[in-house]
Amino acid sequence: MPRADITDLFRIDDLLSDEEKAARDTVARFVDNEVLPIIGQHFRDGTFPRHLVPRLAEMGVLGANLQGYGCAGMNTVSYGLILQELERGDSGLRSFASVQGSLCMFPIHSYGSEEQKERFLPGMARGELIGCFGLTEADFGSNPAGLRTRARRDGDDWVLNGSKAWITNGTLADVAVIWAKTDEGGPESIRGFLVEKGMPGFSAREIPGKFSLRASATSELSFQDVRVPDRNVLPGVKGLRGPLSCLNNARLTIAFAVTGAAIACFEGAREYALSRGQFDKPIAGYQLTQEKLADMLQEIVKAQLLSLRLARLKDEGKVTPVMVSLAKRNNVKAALEIARVARGIYGANGITDAYPPIRHLLNLESVYTYEGTHEVHTLVLGKAITGFDAFS
Amino acid sequence: MVDVPVSCRSREYPLFKEKDVKILVTAKRVEDPESKIKVKPDGSDIVREGLKYKINPFDEIGVEEGLRLVAKHGGEVVVVSIGGKEVQEQLRHALAMGAQRAVWVNHTGALDQMGVAGLLQKVVEKEKPDLVVLGKQSIDDDQNQVGQYLAEYLGWGQATFASKVESLESEQEKSKTPALQVGADGKTVQVVREVDNGLATLECQLPAVVTTDLRLNLPRYASLPGIMKAKSKPIEELTPEKLGVDVTPKVQVVKLASPPERKAGIKVPDVATLVDKLRNEAKVV
Repeated sequence: MPRADITDLFRIDDLLSDEEKAARDTVARFVDNEVLPIIGQHFRDGTFPRHLVPRLAEMGVLGANLQGYGCAGMNTVSYGLILQELERGDSGLRSFASVQGSLCMFPIHSYGSEEQKERFLPGMARGELIGCFGLTEADFGSNPAGLRTRARRDGDDWVLNGSKAWITNGTLADVAVIWAKTDEGGPESIRGFLVEKGMPGFSAREIPGKFSLRASATSELSFQDVRVPDRNVLPGVKGLRGPLSCLNNARLTIAFAVTGAAIACFEGAREYALSRGQFDKPIAGYQLTQEKLADMLQEIVKAQLLSLRLARLKDEGKVTPVMVSLAKRNNVKAALEIARVARGIYGANGITDAYPPIRHLLNLESVYTYEGTHEVHTLVLGKAITGFDAFS
Repeated sequence: MVDVPVSCRSREYPLFKEKDVKILVTAKRVEDPESKIKVKPDGSDIVREGLKYKINPFDEIGVEEGLRLVAKHGGEVVVVSIGGKEVQEQLRHALAMGAQRAVWVNHTGALDQMGVAGLLQKVVEKEKPDLVVLGKQSIDDDQNQVGQYLAEYLGWGQATFASKVESLESEQEKSKTPALQVGADGKTVQVVREVDNGLATLECQLPAVVTTDLRLNLPRYASLPGIMKAKSKPIEELTPEKLGVDVTPKVQVVKLASPPERKAGIKVPDVATLVDKLRNEAKVV
């Protein structure tokens, strides 16, 4: 579905190729028909809409930006637009796709052996295998270099011990890309291990009490003497560069995607403001509401232009992590503000799940701190601007 | 539901080959129904600036039905559209859904329903499909004429307003089987069609023209690999001149006007007032 005229005020559509628009529109239609009618209930019940996975796979959404192995091989702009539409449905569903594609399929695609690629990627593209990504630990979020999960060499195998926290798809996953330090210790010893469901000593449990991403699985993973064969180690990368490249890759499209939630909130709030009357006229007729809507649209247009430029730079091979930090920082903050203001326009109705803004608002609170917290992205920018590294 | 078998006229034509069908479908470019349509002040046309376009939804149902028939019997779906370069977007959409190739009749001037049917007739004679499936009407001018004209020009049987017996939530729909039933000998097609008092079943000799109603199927989503593959599928370019069709319109649009705006309704305090208003103002009871 093309955007409402006002939402595409700057005719960003004209900057997209037919293929990019087609990719966006087919996913938009899917979201309108299959996601929006059911997602509110899943959020309320705290359940992941697993029945949508084969549907997403059938459309080729999973790992759509990867080449070969049953993947669609689309460019970053198309992939960003696809995720933006999923996000317009729900950030939890989009997170599922981001983790499956950018954080699990991507490292196997980039750093895996041919045998690993053949074994996992086609099944993951078909949605028959679900993946997750384990870097973060309970005590190591912004500082992944300190991670404590260890892999000890034992004959031809590795033995994993440790735990991971805040893992999207954790309890659903058939394969987990787990980053652990090998015997020698230190950040450079970090390797990626493909831990499969059912390996003795590997367990996952849901993190209870979430107010955010309720339509998504968020888990803790535990490894107790998990024996991982050497053929399940990613041969192509060593050190923190491995997981960070995955995150950078995911972040870029997440920065693109969040505007989907902002668009949902803006379009919903606009419609609501036009139909909701107080003192004999629609609340959209009042200056204070108009200012809110004007601010929302202005931020959406800016975020869309930023996203598009970022994705084009990625496709041209010119993107840097600093650019990604700026876009993620700007777009997530903007989306969060928009969701909050939209929630307010709905008045009391806005605090219920009868309308989407509160769901997006709560979801975006997660996006604000995952994939690099807002603060860490600020420091990345600060370092790029001043040369001073505020981390150390 | 009434179930009335009716025999259609038959004509000599190469028929459904064993397990291999060729289906011609259409993909008209129409204004997106979610766009706001405004008429130009001089009434000569609608304001096209900033409008969004898509494939006619009834045609899309035709594409889907064609793809399902081909999935069942083997063969190919060829999609045709008439218009300027921009209609390639709709052709690519049908190709992304799975059609094998496309025919583009490049024509930018005015065109009436007889012109469209005349062009389609020539494309049909060139392509020799077993079945033409097109929307019962397009959602821009809603004329509901091209399928009927085309059947007449070709001298083929026609079955309009094809529907399905089962609901769109049924298992049959979920399994994506075609609603149109090709006879075992490959010489007929059975079509359930919507009529005023229910559904009627027609059996048509092949080749035939079928037009689709809304409840025939739920079109698939174009897949992302499908969108990528569509880029390299062939689009053959034809023109009215090449096809030898004079498309000078016999029907001319004199003036366009917006329908009068609907007046806001009123609330009545009680049933008695309602009945009074229905009887004395609306004069309907």
